[in-house]
Amino acid sequence: MRSAKSKQLDNMIFVVLTVMSILFMAPILIVLMNSFKGRFFISDTPFDLPNSQTFVGIKNYFTGIEKTGFFSAFGYSLFITVFSVLAIVLFTSMTAWYITRVKTKSTKVLYYAFVFSMIVPFDMVMFTMSKIANMLHLDNPIGIILIYLGFGAGLSVFIFSGFVKSIPLDIEEAATIDGCNPLQTFFRIVLPILKPTAITVAILNAMWVWNDYRLPYLLIGSSFKTIPIAVQSLQGGYGSKDMGAMMAMLVLAIVPIVVFYLSCQKYIIKGVVAGAVKG
Amino acid sequence: MQKTLKKYFPFFALPTVIAFAIAFAVPFLMGIYLSFTKFTTVTNSQWVGLSNYIRAFTEDQDFLNALIFTTKFTVVSVVLINVIAFVIALLLTRGIRGTNVFRTVFFMPNLIGGIVLGYIWQLIINGVLFKFGVDITFSSTYGFWGLVVLMNWQMVGYMMIIYVAGIQNISPDLMEAAEIDGASSWQVLKNVTIPMVMPSITICTFLTLTNSFKLFDQNFALSGGAPAKSSSMLALDIFSTFYGRNGYEGVGQAKAVVFFIMVALIALIQLRLTRSKEVEN
Repeated sequence: MRSAKSKQLDNMIFVVLTVMSILFMAPILIVLMNSFKGRFFISDTPFDLPNSQTFVGIKNYFTGIEKTGFFSAFGYSLFITVFSVLAIVLFTSMTAWYITRVKTKSTKVLYYAFVFSMIVPFDMVMFTMSKIANMLHLDNPIGIILIYLGFGAGLSVFIFSGFVKSIPLDIEEAATIDGCNPLQTFFRIVLPILKPTAITVAILNAMWVWNDYRLPYLLIGSSFKTIPIAVQSLQGGYGSKDMGAMMAMLVLAIVPIVVFYLSCQKYIIKGVVAGAVKG
Repeated sequence: MQKTLKKYFPFFALPTVIAFAIAFAVPFLMGIYLSFTKFTTVTNSQWVGLSNYIRAFTEDQDFLNALIFTTKFTVVSVVLINVIAFVIALLLTRGIRGTNVFRTVFFMPNLIGGIVLGYIWQLIINGVLFKFGVDITFSSTYGFWGLVVLMNWQMVGYMMIIYVAGIQNISPDLMEAAEIDGASSWQVLKNVTIPMVMPSITICTFLTLTNSFKLFDQNFALSGGAPAKSSSMLALDIFSTFYGRNGYEGVGQAKAVVFFIMVALIALIQLRLTRSKEVEN
């Protein structure tokens, strides 16, 4: 008797969740639908399906790509994200291991400086950091990687340090006795143990760098547009923006994220949960 | 080992330390200093004492309005996001079919960047408002609720996943014991589930709180503060003070320092709460 009742309840929940899922997908589907409509038929009637009068095929995609230079934006976004994430994972794991294993006053100060930086909002350093980066000629797609390493160091060192503390010292001591120098110990013994944490750190930073708007806009935005800057550049003066191109660019901006998400879903979900719990 | 390792500082720590100094430490300290000066670039500063701080609050109402808007928005979205995410997490931990698909769908918006999210919802909200002959720039109420809806859409899936992990960690024995004792499902929820997922609740509250309070991209793209800055949040107000007006760099930096202190206080109070909860568990 009880099971029949709870089965009925489960069916009801299934229906509710299905409706909610459709509502959750709706905004993306509406944008997709509008990307095939003429630019003047979007703002006023975004919920109408394209018809023979409003349908323009993939014309919006051509105008959008041309206006924003989408492919070069995609290239810059990819380059900056991949190399920033690699730099962050490599250097902050090394730093975390060093400051956890070498116990001096200065490593303690460093650790607290990294932790402190996590609670400082970007707004606080936005202006001064971009001026310093200009002065040091870091205002290019390679220089910005150093800035991402510095600004991302706080959270990443913190997450890695938490994990390094749980690695028994014996393993590393054994490696030293076997004749490994610290570099060998780190790359052959410690880094492989840190791999799950490295994936967490990589995913958290990739999500941040890929979607970041203000830092690349202030540093390199005038010469090198990343995807968020390319999308924002369509805004233009109010009323003058090409809604068709905008819809097409929103779709192109979402596609790589969906592909990445569906192909590494397991790691992404594990990564954000682990990152949230440790952070 | 520590002795040998110590000599390897240039290999292990120096690159990060240099990057950290350039991207964070030096700009942070300079930022504090510059908030007490008048400057246009960082090299031509003149000491003006507290005048930037006074101007931030008295010259116009923008910063105070942004503070009120941000506080209201943060309270409303923290409550809504956490309640909705928790309810969905309860529904998704009953082992019904399709759970994985639902989880995938609910989480996805979280990966999309703030600028793109802002324009997606601008289209939809303006589409609805068009039927009433207005758009999002007509009133800060539209900007406010638009942002609440957007933020829920983005963060509910993320928080749901943390709650699901928390609920799945509760030992089934505990649930069974409660059922054998004749507890109703409401009593189980109130006396077993919620106390046991307290750590998740604290994490989720912290994440939604800081993310909502520091929000920039979504606010910037969705309404851009319109009409007349009335839907500007703090981060957007600071940005437009720096880059939208000449001669206000010092005021912008002073606002940023005040903003930093507020964020730090929120984070510290929340951390203290986390600790006190962790002792109980």
